[in-house]
Amino acid sequence: MSAQLLQVLFAGLTAGAIYALVALGFSIIYNSSQVINFAQGEFVMIGGMATVSFLHLGLPLPLAALAAVAATTLVALALDKLAVERARGASVVTLIIITIGASILLRGLASLVWDKNIHALPAFNGDKPIAVGGATLLPQSLWVLGVSLAVLAALWWFFNRTLYGKAMLATSHNRLAAQLAGISVRRVLLVSFGLSGALGALAGILVAPITFTAWDVGVMLGLKGFAAAILGGLGSGPGAVLGGLLLGLAEALAAGYVSSAYKDVIAFVIILAVLVLMPGGLLGRRAAERV
Amino acid sequence: MLARLGAARRGGLLALALAVALLPLALGNQYLYDVAILVGLNAIVCVGLNLLIGYAGQISLGHAGFFALGGYGSAILAVRYGWPPLAALPVSVGSVTLLAFLVGRPILRLKGHYLAMATLGLGVIITVVLATEDRFTGGPDGMSVPPLALFGRALAGERAWYWLVGALLLACVWLALNLVESPRGRALRALHGSEVAAEMIGIDSARHKLAVFVLSAGLAAAAGGLTAHYSGFITPSQGSFLRSIELVTMVVFGGMASTFGAVVGAAVLTTLPQLLTPLKDYEMVVFGAVMMFTMIFMPRGIVPTLAALFKPRTRP
Amino acid sequence: MSLLRAEGLSKEFGGVHAVQALEFAIQPGAVFSIIGPNGAGKTTLLNLITGIYRPSAGRIWLEERELTGLAPHRFAAAGIGRTFQNLQIFFNMSALENVMAGRYLHERCGLAAAMLRLPGLARAERACRDEALELLALVGLERYTDEASEGMPYGALKRLEIARALAARPRLLLLDEPAAGLNPTETQDIDRLIQRVAARGVTVVLVEHNMRLVMGVSDRVLVLDYGRKLAEGDAESVRRDPRVIEAYLGAEARYA
Repeated sequence: MSAQLLQVLFAGLTAGAIYALVALGFSIIYNSSQVINFAQGEFVMIGGMATVSFLHLGLPLPLAALAAVAATTLVALALDKLAVERARGASVVTLIIITIGASILLRGLASLVWDKNIHALPAFNGDKPIAVGGATLLPQSLWVLGVSLAVLAALWWFFNRTLYGKAMLATSHNRLAAQLAGISVRRVLLVSFGLSGALGALAGILVAPITFTAWDVGVMLGLKGFAAAILGGLGSGPGAVLGGLLLGLAEALAAGYVSSAYKDVIAFVIILAVLVLMPGGLLGRRAAERV
Repeated sequence: MLARLGAARRGGLLALALAVALLPLALGNQYLYDVAILVGLNAIVCVGLNLLIGYAGQISLGHAGFFALGGYGSAILAVRYGWPPLAALPVSVGSVTLLAFLVGRPILRLKGHYLAMATLGLGVIITVVLATEDRFTGGPDGMSVPPLALFGRALAGERAWYWLVGALLLACVWLALNLVESPRGRALRALHGSEVAAEMIGIDSARHKLAVFVLSAGLAAAAGGLTAHYSGFITPSQGSFLRSIELVTMVVFGGMASTFGAVVGAAVLTTLPQLLTPLKDYEMVVFGAVMMFTMIFMPRGIVPTLAALFKPRTRP
Repeated sequence: MSLLRAEGLSKEFGGVHAVQALEFAIQPGAVFSIIGPNGAGKTTLLNLITGIYRPSAGRIWLEERELTGLAPHRFAAAGIGRTFQNLQIFFNMSALENVMAGRYLHERCGLAAAMLRLPGLARAERACRDEALELLALVGLERYTDEASEGMPYGALKRLEIARALAARPRLLLLDEPAAGLNPTETQDIDRLIQRVAARGVTVVLVEHNMRLVMGVSDRVLVLDYGRKLAEGDAESVRRDPRVIEAYLGAEARYA
């Protein structure tokens, strides 16, 4: 395998893992509420930026990261409690506007709490690139892939092996039945937001050493994560992962072999193609409208 | 002409005409005129977008893309090919309308979040292409645009533009109101109410959705072209996702399925950032908060909510 | 010649045969009922003969015109109308506007003509309004004329759907469980309404669970079971058919 292709693959998988984490965040919330949380990208941003702040306060990196994840989770919970929950039963467009408003609000707050500069997060264990088959791999990429895998495994275990996780899945399939079975849909929604907040923050912390972090990194990441979720099929966990990886790889391939200027566009061209040809996404549930 | 519209709509159109005619009394300086003109241009886009979102029940998170394309089309024809702006503008609008027709057919088969994503993607693609093809477009920094010329004289100066935009806005509102009250408008609302039931009374939903999509894209392109010639400059950010969101917010904030709501929404949300310029840093926070607050507590938008307060029975 | 004819009609969803090899013909001017246990494929059949589902196999004709595979609005344009089991009322409009909307097929209105308010439109609108008022009276909903449909009671909404469907002047009207959720008095109103509709020359196809209603109003009955035709004939012979009783009417017969 040529060195360039390998390089592209590494870059693609790394980006793909991040997109997968963000896409999972979208899917989890969508599953429990049919809401697309356009503020998902901001969770990523807050994770990275908060870690930078906590580092400046003197906390060691692991603690700073943990604190940042906790802080982001709190923000996510607040978003659910104060905004989304109050708008239950609103139309799709209304909910979209609410979460978009939230993302703008969070970004505005970020520019005030922090600043509009780019910040760097130190790599977890040094940034001496590792040579693999002629290509170079950043150790941070290994962290990204490794942690993502661990998180995926944990989520799989949670949703398939724990009672609460299964309850959340049940809610996504049939809310009324879940309620009748005694599951508190409101609490499921809260947990979904918290989980997505944590996932987003984690993604932000993992990728910040590679791509740096700033007050507005959330926009593109959020959009691409959303695109990945749709690519894989909204509401499908495995779909989110598949979509994220495919998107990351497609982007890297396009940037490496076609044109790096159009790198951002690739994601959306793919999305448009998939939506037009396969509206349910690759692994999405094809629900027939019952009339 | 006025007598054929419903009473409230007659009153509304009259009020709008009065507002346009009398506003200059309150506009003290060039800057205020500028804001008023921008409000008018945004309102034209919003009236069209409202037909798509509020009446036909679709969504577009990429309409700023059509706006920008309208402006760039006219600019490129005028600057790179030496066309007179008065010819460049309609050709540009026509081209964007054609593009919307071609793209709309496959895209409008989608619904809900998928449609949102598709239109979003379209807008982003347009913006990136505009920023990258700098041979034509001048790249991310944009390009300058010559002013419109009428009968050999350049249309410059706030006052002239104000009356032009005001007249165009009134025309658009009148056309939109007519459409809404016609059988076609009813068909659109039926589509929004229940697409399958609309099909079963013979409404070709795909064709109707496409028609409104193309119409609203054309209006956006026209407004974009006018904006370009007015401000003398255009940048790719005019087509950005954030701009698209602003436009949708104006429509939703002002009132879905309310043409006057679209105008009010454009007015409020165009002037708000201007008012906040001293608090520039807080602009985003306030904007975001306003969006959330309105949608949570007044989901139908300002105008319908206020109208419902004054009328106990829901008006048709 | 029959009004609506189907041959070898089948529909499957990923391996599940909702409807299999159905053949039937509906004569004009009759009231034709389709019955069967839940899951027998009644609503699927309705969706097939209105174009909402594309058949996996088989063909559909309206008189000599083949309609197989066309979009729903083409079925409607050919003269088939329907109501829905779970109401599909235009809740964003008043009762009158719902019925006026139903008249779409008979109002030619181009986009430009609509926006420019060309002459003749006002006269056409008045005619549309008058016809809609007449239909509201036919179904007994005059008092709801300008009311928002959102606030209307369930039974009234079911009748509103019928008025809206009639506004399109269909030759064939499909009613999907019009009596579902109605009390005995309201069901009797529906019974009389169906007869009034049939008297206007509209061929009615009824999908229903309420056996008393079906047996009282139908000329012919088609019985479905697991997507296949179980029996077809006039009401009396179907009621006495042992296969039908066994599959379906068994429990009902005790209460009938």
